[in-house]
Amino acid sequence: MSGPILQLRDLSVEYATPSGPALAVSGVSFDLEQGEFLAIVGESGCGKSTLLFAVAHLLTYPGSLVGGSVVFDGIDLTSLTPEELRLHRWRDISVVMQSAMNALNPTLTIGAQLADACQAHTNWDNERIAERSAEVLSMVSIDPVHLKSYPFQLSGGMRQRAMIAMALLLEPKLVIMDEPTSALDVVAQRSLMRQVETLRRDLGFSVLFVTHDMSVVSHFSDRLAVMYGGEIVELGVTRTLFDNPQHPYSHGLMEAFPSLLGELRPLTGIAGNPPSLVNPPPGCLFAPRCPHVMDECREVRPELVTSEGHAVRCHLINRAAIQ
Amino acid sequence: MSAPILKVESLSRQFRVGGFRSRGQLHAIDEVSFEVAPSEIVALVGESGSGKSTIARVLASLYPPTSGTVIFEDKVLGRRSSRSVRGRMPMVFQDPFGSINPVLRVGHSLLRTLKLHRPDVSKARRLDEAVALVEKVGLTPGADVLQRYPHELSGGQRQRLGFAQALASRPSLILADEPVSMLDVSIRIGLLNVMKDLRDAEGVSLLYITHDLASARYVADRMIVLYAGRIVEEGLTEEVIGAPQHPYTRLLMSAAPDPRLRFAEYEGAEDLGEPPKVINPGPGCRFAPRCPLAMEQCRTSTPPMVQLSPTNRTACYAVKKS
Amino acid sequence: MRLLYKLGDALRRSFDFLRRDKKAMAGAIILFILLVISAFPNWFTPDNPSAEIYSPGAGVSWAHPLGTTSFGQDVFSQLMAGTRQSVMIALIVGFISTILSVGIGITAAYSGGIVDDVLSMVTDVVLVIPTFPLIIVITAYLKSASFWLMVLVLVITGWSYGARQLRVQALSLRNRDYLLAAKARGESSWYVISVELIPPMTSLIVANFLGAALYAVLTAAGLQFVGLGNINTQSWGTMLYWAQNNEALSIGLPLWALAPGVAIAVLGSGLALLNYAFDEIANPALRPVSKRRLKKVGA
Repeated sequence: MSGPILQLRDLSVEYATPSGPALAVSGVSFDLEQGEFLAIVGESGCGKSTLLFAVAHLLTYPGSLVGGSVVFDGIDLTSLTPEELRLHRWRDISVVMQSAMNALNPTLTIGAQLADACQAHTNWDNERIAERSAEVLSMVSIDPVHLKSYPFQLSGGMRQRAMIAMALLLEPKLVIMDEPTSALDVVAQRSLMRQVETLRRDLGFSVLFVTHDMSVVSHFSDRLAVMYGGEIVELGVTRTLFDNPQHPYSHGLMEAFPSLLGELRPLTGIAGNPPSLVNPPPGCLFAPRCPHVMDECREVRPELVTSEGHAVRCHLINRAAIQ
Repeated sequence: MSAPILKVESLSRQFRVGGFRSRGQLHAIDEVSFEVAPSEIVALVGESGSGKSTIARVLASLYPPTSGTVIFEDKVLGRRSSRSVRGRMPMVFQDPFGSINPVLRVGHSLLRTLKLHRPDVSKARRLDEAVALVEKVGLTPGADVLQRYPHELSGGQRQRLGFAQALASRPSLILADEPVSMLDVSIRIGLLNVMKDLRDAEGVSLLYITHDLASARYVADRMIVLYAGRIVEEGLTEEVIGAPQHPYTRLLMSAAPDPRLRFAEYEGAEDLGEPPKVINPGPGCRFAPRCPLAMEQCRTSTPPMVQLSPTNRTACYAVKKS
Repeated sequence: MRLLYKLGDALRRSFDFLRRDKKAMAGAIILFILLVISAFPNWFTPDNPSAEIYSPGAGVSWAHPLGTTSFGQDVFSQLMAGTRQSVMIALIVGFISTILSVGIGITAAYSGGIVDDVLSMVTDVVLVIPTFPLIIVITAYLKSASFWLMVLVLVITGWSYGARQLRVQALSLRNRDYLLAAKARGESSWYVISVELIPPMTSLIVANFLGAALYAVLTAAGLQFVGLGNINTQSWGTMLYWAQNNEALSIGLPLWALAPGVAIAVLGSGLALLNYAFDEIANPALRPVSKRRLKKVGA
């Protein structure tokens, strides 16, 4: 099986709001290779969670897909019926949500919920289900005795690891994670990320990881996509992006993280507010806040231009690249 | 060496947990003692369950301590703080969406504070003073902002308002309970800079409560590390960051991601533990179950705070005096 | 003076809101019309409603748009005259009931502890008391059933539901940071409750008022229908009573029974429509989002 496991082309999602439709995701395109870890980073309202929901086909009214395609392993998911989609869910693509306490049923034991997932997507017998459930729990370093535990009996970190175990039940090719670490303390966050990394190396699945805190993924993701106002503004190898962010927003974002062990110096953050998604500015969405803004930026929306595996959506950068 | 603004001695707070007849006592904080000097920012750092918010709420007199003393500006505080104390030690809250009344204009609480705490400002001058306050925290034009409703302001603007509010009563110490953790990353720096300005330009001290070491390092002069209700280490920020003594501080430092640096491997086994819920505890170090240096002594008796250097105190049996 | 300014501001904002929400507009119009009729019934009653001077059992005609009763009274005039009592019951019971609910519910939530336990217990007990048997007992004991007695019984049985609702919401608001912030800056409890706690609950309180008013209208009509009201006053419920007693439907005078029934339903709908609208303000999750057709570009 060659080729990227996931291909997004021009994906667009609109939300119906009282003031009109808001374009939450606008023309997003990228490829995800097999076994690759792609992190999508952005602040609140940038559309990253919406994008994730669109890929996982969990969008509900008032959000709806208004353009583009999601091709998974060669199959266009947007053209499938809900029944056909169900066959792919969990077997090929599984999802880990943000807050385990909200995603896990508090009235069922962990074992019962794992069994639920198995029964919904396979026709395994009870013995096989029990075997596999114990197996996935051990994979995330939870003692299988906890199959009989209720979610409230587990600590926050354990619950989140249980969610990951559930996602791995059917050996999916792609695991989508929506801010799985934001409800955890720093130490638990780190453990979780290392666990995900080890599992990924052992089992070979791809990861699409959404977060607002890029430092969490900085040491684990292969590539990083920065989203702003529903668009991808920069996409590239993680280390390259961190060392040399090209888009003014990415640059501003990097600068906004106070360093723990590096040099201590005054920082400024990014002035202004995110753009309105109902009435976006005609040109570049970041123009009102950009320290390098030019006339062209206010009138013409820049394209995402890729060179040597690194994509940037910026007139200034693209102009320099052409020269 | 001027007298400390705030001196906390052996502060403890317990909450009764469990059902109607349960005798379970949750020890939110135990024997916490520290000081805050004038014009100083002290960071109270800890994860969930560390007791940092409890300390803030006890200091803000939202509930009384179970035992211990709080001495503020050389006066021992009683069970419920007087109005003037509340004015001199106000609190800034964490949630920009919950800390302002949604149905009242934004200027309302500011004007109330001026009325309650600033008899020196006459009624006629209150509005001008309010405008000056919001402009000091970077909200301009002040008169315009005061007329708005909270939902018309962004999260960052609301938190700035929280600081303006605290500043209105001419405080000597502001209690800031995780003021930036619910804000977007690019907005946080603005607020952290406001905090530094307040210390430098207005001479106000701040007790900055957070779980984020990097932001604590950015603003704080001194750092206090809390674990499961007790202080485990305290010292100058650069010292605690550069040469952490307590094993828990070391764990925090290694776990806190810094994207600008290479991946740092933590020596020792993978730590899968979490801070405990401390109910009816016995003696002994609360970090012992997770500590790679734990000895028998650690489990049977609570390590006292030891002065390791003129500026650093740590509570750990395994650490030697430098 | 400032209070008046604030009230004016609130009124202005409510008008803006009414204009935007069609349900609220419809409800408000209905209620306004009924209020006018109950304030000035004489404008709408061509004849004296109790005068038994017409030919009994007459059908619909220009002189009698809804026909006459078995006793020769003009049905239309009765209907218009009866508006006052039903509207009055709705407003008075709604108002007193809401004051009780707000007072008890919020005090329970804010005080907590034993005060809360006692008040909640009282609320729950009253909630469970059935209305009809209660008024039958009271009526039998007092041997008369005046308007004010009915108001009293409806208030006694109607406040508890609202008290529970308001208590729950006040509880959820009690620990909001802005209340703690008010206490932290030294405001008195009285101030915190009246200025910081109650205003954000306004839409729920209004929704409660409308709900209580609705309850009052329907229950009062029911009580009058079974003859427990004062059967000699003009009201829709008593019209139903008399129509029922004279078997209006069977003797070919359906309008005599239907007219008051429909009128009650109209008043009820007006209250309910406004109630929904205020529920939506109180809970933004219930607000409808305009179903604009989002064009779907091909896959």
